[in-house]
Amino acid sequence: MSDKFKVTIDGIPVEVDPGTTILNAARQIGGDIVPPAMCYYSKLQGSGGKCRTCLVKVSKGSEKDPRPMPKLVASCRTTVMDGMEVQNITSPEVIEARKGVVEMLLINHPLDCPICDQAGECDLQNLGFEHGAAKTRYEFDRRTFHKIDIGDKIQLHMTRCILCYRCVFTADQITDHRIHGILNRGDHSEISTYIQAAVDNDFSGNVIDVCPVGALTDKTFRFRNRVWFTKPVEAHRDCDHPGCNGKVTLWYKGEDVLRVTARKDVYGEVEEFICNTCRFDKKKTSDWVIEGPRKVSNQSVISANHYETMHPLPVVKTNPVLQEANKEQFERETRL
Amino acid sequence: MESLSNKRKVIESKPLSLWERTYLPAVVKGLAITLKHFLFRKDVTVRYPEQKREFSENFRGMHSLKRDDEGRERCTACGLCALSCPAEAITMIAAERKPGEENLYREEKYAAVYEINMLRCIFCGLCEEACPKEAIYLDGDIVPADYLRKDFIYGKDKLVEAPLNQ
Repeated sequence: MSDKFKVTIDGIPVEVDPGTTILNAARQIGGDIVPPAMCYYSKLQGSGGKCRTCLVKVSKGSEKDPRPMPKLVASCRTTVMDGMEVQNITSPEVIEARKGVVEMLLINHPLDCPICDQAGECDLQNLGFEHGAAKTRYEFDRRTFHKIDIGDKIQLHMTRCILCYRCVFTADQITDHRIHGILNRGDHSEISTYIQAAVDNDFSGNVIDVCPVGALTDKTFRFRNRVWFTKPVEAHRDCDHPGCNGKVTLWYKGEDVLRVTARKDVYGEVEEFICNTCRFDKKKTSDWVIEGPRKVSNQSVISANHYETMHPLPVVKTNPVLQEANKEQFERETRL
Repeated sequence: MESLSNKRKVIESKPLSLWERTYLPAVVKGLAITLKHFLFRKDVTVRYPEQKREFSENFRGMHSLKRDDEGRERCTACGLCALSCPAEAITMIAAERKPGEENLYREEKYAAVYEINMLRCIFCGLCEEACPKEAIYLDGDIVPADYLRKDFIYGKDKLVEAPLNQ
């Protein structure tokens, strides 16, 4: 008997190691059948199981016990069994449940996307667009909080928080001490530092990247520009901080670096965490070695109105190596 | 060759008679037509700057940035108009509302600078459609002519609606 489990997700078979969750098995296949996740974060131990957006239907438990599971299960927390058959987008029950989950998540989430800096790269916005209903049935006042400045670089908008706990796990696992957490319970739960203490740690800026909504935002980027008007460029620098390898995405507007973030993969999860020096203090092109424009999906709003093929980025114009590499494009540009 | 359209007229060019050669009948006939138009027909033109024709209901003219019922600016500088603009005529810079400015701006973010290049604008109305705050409408007049290119970049001074109490 092989030590791999054979699982079928939406009719696509895949062989995974025992102990893999259904979500990760689906991510090995990739594509449309991957359940969306708001709270699960592959780089953080113990995350997941809170938002319920990754619900799937298990139509066959395993080879030995082929009965289906009685309820929909959270795929980020359920491990696979040999011969398991899972339905995600092929099951109308799952689609219906997910629509309900989105509605629940949006009950207290303010619809202030035109103001929010996260708009355009917000997981909840994407989720609502793909799975949600166009209207809300909620008639009562949404809960509101005042904005809190956590330190001078990070701003907390508790109103937008969906209580995914990602930032709490990040502070626990990436930084050496955590001073913020979730206070109260039920509908009153909120992320806070209890007494307004500054989250001050070399890796505290990563809570901005892991936040799936606009609850934790970069104060240095606050209202500076919309995400889709900036141009993402991959860059790196020799960071002397142990634990940070300095691989980042720079978000350019013209010649200026407006924002530095960690590189995110297709699921919106960072590839490697970066330190606060890289994130907040290095905002000059001369600090970085530019690798090239970031590949952005055609469907993303970030790729709208970008014509990299016609006009090379302004940073390229000052770098002789990149200028040589983009010679053909420059010629085309001047001819036009 | 036979005509395809049967619209060909055969022109007889006879030499003119003496009466015709004075050109008086043709002159009188022409004057009669002129006088008829001058005296009895209604003008087809209007005296434009003073007098204006009514626009059709879906006419799209100059943009205006609207205020809400309390006179606060609706625009929150979300950038969707600039994103949807096929001519890339719209630019803006956002700013955060300070405490005490609640009667000026409706949301916590507002457009500190909002510029439309009227030479680039094609008056397609996509910005109007994209706006989530019902802040921009192309309900104005025809954009007036000017001499310099820089004068066609309209800022908030020309675009924002007049305050309520004026």
